[in-house]
Amino acid sequence: MKVALRLLGALALLAGSACGSGSDVRPLTVVGWGGSSQDAHRNAYWNSFTTSSGIPLREDSWRGGVGVIRTKVIGGDASWDIVQVETEDLILGCEEGLFQRLDWAALGGRDAFIPSAVHDCGVGAMLWSYVIGYDGDRIKGAGPQSWADFWDVKRFPGKRGMRKTPKYSLEFALMADGVPAGQVYSTLRTPAGVDRAFRKLDEIKPHVIWWSSISQVPDLLGSREVVMSVTSPGRLIVANRTEGRNFKLDWHGNIYAVDYWVILANSPRPAEAAQLLRYMTRPENQARLARYIPTGLTSVEANRIVDPKLKQNTPSDPANMTDALELDADFWVEYGDQLTQRFNAWVAR
Amino acid sequence: MPGSRAKSADPRRRWWPFALVAPLLIFLLASFILPVVLMLSRALTDRELQTVWPDSAAALRHWHGNGLPPDVLAQRVAREMVAARRNGTLNRVANRLNYDMVGSRTLLYGTADKLLAGAPGNSVAALARIDPRWGRPAIWAAMRHADGPLTSHYLLAALDRRLDKDDRIVGVAPEQAVFTAIYLRTFKISALVALFCIILGYPVAYLLASLPERRANPLLILVLLPFWTSALVRTAAWAVLLQTDGVINSLLQAIGLLDAPVQLIYNRLGVYIAMTHVLLPFFILPLYGVMKGISPVAMRAASSLGASPLRAFLRIYLPQTLPGVAAGAIIVFTLALGYYVTPALVGGGADQMISASIAFYTNQSLNWGMAAALSLLLLAPLLLMLLAGRTLARAVPA
Amino acid sequence: MTSSGGPLVAFRGVEKRYSVGGRAAVAGLDLEVARGEFLTLLGPSGSGKTTTLMMLAGFETPSAGDILLDGRSLVDRPPYKRNMGVVFQNYALFPHMSVAGNLAFPLGVRGIKGAAAKARVDAALALVKLDGLGGRRPDALSGGQRQRVALARALIFEPDLVLMDEPLGALDRQLREHLQSEIKRIQRVLGLTILYVTHDQDEALTLSDRVAVFAEGSIQQIGSPAQIYDRPANAFVAGFVGENNLLAGTLVTRQGDECSLRLRGGQMVTATATGTIAPGDDVIAAVRPEHVGTGADRPALCNALDARVDELVYRGDHSRIRVGLEGGGSLLIRAPSAPSVAVAERLPVGWCRDRCFAFPATGVALASTDTGA
Repeated sequence: MKVALRLLGALALLAGSACGSGSDVRPLTVVGWGGSSQDAHRNAYWNSFTTSSGIPLREDSWRGGVGVIRTKVIGGDASWDIVQVETEDLILGCEEGLFQRLDWAALGGRDAFIPSAVHDCGVGAMLWSYVIGYDGDRIKGAGPQSWADFWDVKRFPGKRGMRKTPKYSLEFALMADGVPAGQVYSTLRTPAGVDRAFRKLDEIKPHVIWWSSISQVPDLLGSREVVMSVTSPGRLIVANRTEGRNFKLDWHGNIYAVDYWVILANSPRPAEAAQLLRYMTRPENQARLARYIPTGLTSVEANRIVDPKLKQNTPSDPANMTDALELDADFWVEYGDQLTQRFNAWVAR
Repeated sequence: MPGSRAKSADPRRRWWPFALVAPLLIFLLASFILPVVLMLSRALTDRELQTVWPDSAAALRHWHGNGLPPDVLAQRVAREMVAARRNGTLNRVANRLNYDMVGSRTLLYGTADKLLAGAPGNSVAALARIDPRWGRPAIWAAMRHADGPLTSHYLLAALDRRLDKDDRIVGVAPEQAVFTAIYLRTFKISALVALFCIILGYPVAYLLASLPERRANPLLILVLLPFWTSALVRTAAWAVLLQTDGVINSLLQAIGLLDAPVQLIYNRLGVYIAMTHVLLPFFILPLYGVMKGISPVAMRAASSLGASPLRAFLRIYLPQTLPGVAAGAIIVFTLALGYYVTPALVGGGADQMISASIAFYTNQSLNWGMAAALSLLLLAPLLLMLLAGRTLARAVPA
Repeated sequence: MTSSGGPLVAFRGVEKRYSVGGRAAVAGLDLEVARGEFLTLLGPSGSGKTTTLMMLAGFETPSAGDILLDGRSLVDRPPYKRNMGVVFQNYALFPHMSVAGNLAFPLGVRGIKGAAAKARVDAALALVKLDGLGGRRPDALSGGQRQRVALARALIFEPDLVLMDEPLGALDRQLREHLQSEIKRIQRVLGLTILYVTHDQDEALTLSDRVAVFAEGSIQQIGSPAQIYDRPANAFVAGFVGENNLLAGTLVTRQGDECSLRLRGGQMVTATATGTIAPGDDVIAAVRPEHVGTGADRPALCNALDARVDELVYRGDHSRIRVGLEGGGSLLIRAPSAPSVAVAERLPVGWCRDRCFAFPATGVALASTDTGA
């Protein structure tokens, strides 16, 4: 198998170089998630990095999934240097040796960042979260203030939008069933806890429209297809600003997680990549990022110096974090296959 | 003898066209066939334990027992667990065993860390003191299933089956059984989309083929439009038309056909509508090509021979278009089998197709053995169908 | 079908325009086809002959006038109810059916199935000498064989009338001549009525009982091949059917059908007058190459002219001589044997008055005869 894989890699390399995309000629390449977050990174970091360092940057975007990176690394395709990844991608990829180990001293030490932003193979890029979003023009007065409210179709009649994955859905279900945030994952690690979560999901299932792409959420809410939805805050804030919507957010019981920057193991430009990483994690630069996108910051110092108004609607605002739940990526790495399979069987019934 | 000379030159002449296409064949082999074969072989091979824990794997093959293993095997496992934890390869065994027994990751990492910290691991009992799961047969059976070099685990799992501790094939727990249903659904959706493409696409292709080129070309561009829009944009457009407050529901209510809006999207209907729309060009284009090649005089001939327009169409025109219908339908069906973004965006909970699972195992969970097994089970019926189709086409009397 | 004394087919004042007010593809057409007759529509492409055939088959609708079959109007009858066998230019066989399947198709439409159909298919194959080839696909046949299948398919249901649209146009000369005699044989054996379209005048003269010469949408002349060849009705027919020397001139005198005219080169010749020409009119005189005598063969009491040999081609059974006339103009001569002259030598030529016809120079332009035959 190993020989075969090497052969495959060599052939892919051959094909790659034959097509003229040899890694020695391309500039340093940074890969984000596209859309507004990529725009924010460009405006906050990448343009000024090239200006100040003289190092040209090439951008790419992807939709996540560490399998993409595994394919590139074992296939000998060294077209990416720095990539923005989710926590599970970070864990799996780091174990497999797909990412380089970071020099934390050069980044200012591990203590310079919030704890969850620190990993052997990655440094936190931004903090994001899933919250309850609803249309303030349809729900007047008191809106939903908990996952129990989200489940309460008598008080708030209408369909709900939820992401078509067990991840987040099971956690929200347990919180709706009265499990405190701190006990969600210990409950889910027991078979009885999983059964309990699915039983709770049974209650709301007839009222759910499942979405697959976060870009569907503003449309679902705006077209009154759903009355409330699981959402990331940024999309609705942008819709409020650009389309004059009156979408509202409720942060109770939100799930938050960190996205990380990693340097790929086969990057041909590790020194330049490390330089960009240092640039993107410097407090004054991170504080600038908050101006372009409502996101939580990972640098302790950046959180201190950033304009407090910019923290509203982000996980960096302490008021939003009273009963929040940090995504347990280790849990999902271990239980993801099994629960996804069960969720897919359940959701089709 | 000129005859014998011609004979000896013949084989070389026969080979020489192949020499011309050899670069293409080699390219195809290297860039397509070999990677596919290598990837699919992961469905059947199981080398993680053998590679990372060679001593334990060898001992496991000699054990072949039920219940708990001898302490000498436990010792080897403990020793190689520590070694793998040190040099960063424990994840390969941990993830492999986790596919069989969920929770193996924490078990292995936790145990290895305790062993590294000095806990004794020289017997099954000693390991069970670190984590009680070592004292139960399940983890040892999982290891035995993974001792390679071949495995039935992935293929069985892709059929909602597994080996129990006595190596009998049994069904997985009912709440975990999902893939056979998704396969059937995938084939059903694909077949129906192909059928809808035939029903909707045939008249369009006929119209295009019978119009003069000057007027057919703008229409062709309309047919091709879906090619140039992204799945997200198309979905947003369909949502505007089909949602509860959407154009179609409002229209049907306004003209009194409906009292209350009906659900046209985020269910199976939405999947059919969106997929048929996207795949229609793949049906129309080959059929259009075939129809363009049919001589219109044949229809006149049929008419002159006494056939009514309907009869002439059914007996003369339609049979000549069947190769185009078959080609288009096979293309649509095959492409539809691989769709998952569109069904995910416009479908409901019960509309997931198998490629979504393949993508999940490939990209999210890195369980490529499972991804390969699911792909193999998607590919095999397809190849069988194509073969059967060819055989059938040959068997039809002239 | 009923049989009456009248013609089988009659066109009455038929006109066809593809757009309102556009050029008429066919105009003022009156034509009758008798039972058992082989009538050929001959003309250059665009002359309206195929349009005429297609109106009869029902694939085109007349803009005006009527078409009668056995005295009953056909105009509102769809093609599949006309019971005419049609042989198309490119055979129009059904590629997805075997030869036998092609032949059985019109039988099946008429409810003839099973053994009865098989017997007729076999008989039809025998008629066109394709016994045993019923199992073949059309694409496994040669061009000549395909044409025979097309012919058999048009005959097998015993139609009232067989229409053929340039059926031999795609075949080489030898095969064409062979199939011409086949068609003629079958017509005789079965007593068929055939309406045949071609631009090949040899074919028309070989096959037909009568020939209708078409140009610019109307019939220029209709008659037996001999009439058409020997007594062309106008300059177009004279130029289109067979080889002819067309000499432009001015009419000088006329008495009945005897006339004299002055050619462009100033020579005075006598000719047989055709149509309403009067002294002073521009005319065209036509004399066929084989009717021009030379030297000692120059007929007595005939138009006698002096000429000089420009070109000489020996063809074995005859020779072709191109001469320049004294005073201007040139003439093609077909001499029965090798002449005893050489190029640039003087050669007296001449022809009889009754072999030379004078036509009005008006009418269908001769340029339209310039089609690749």
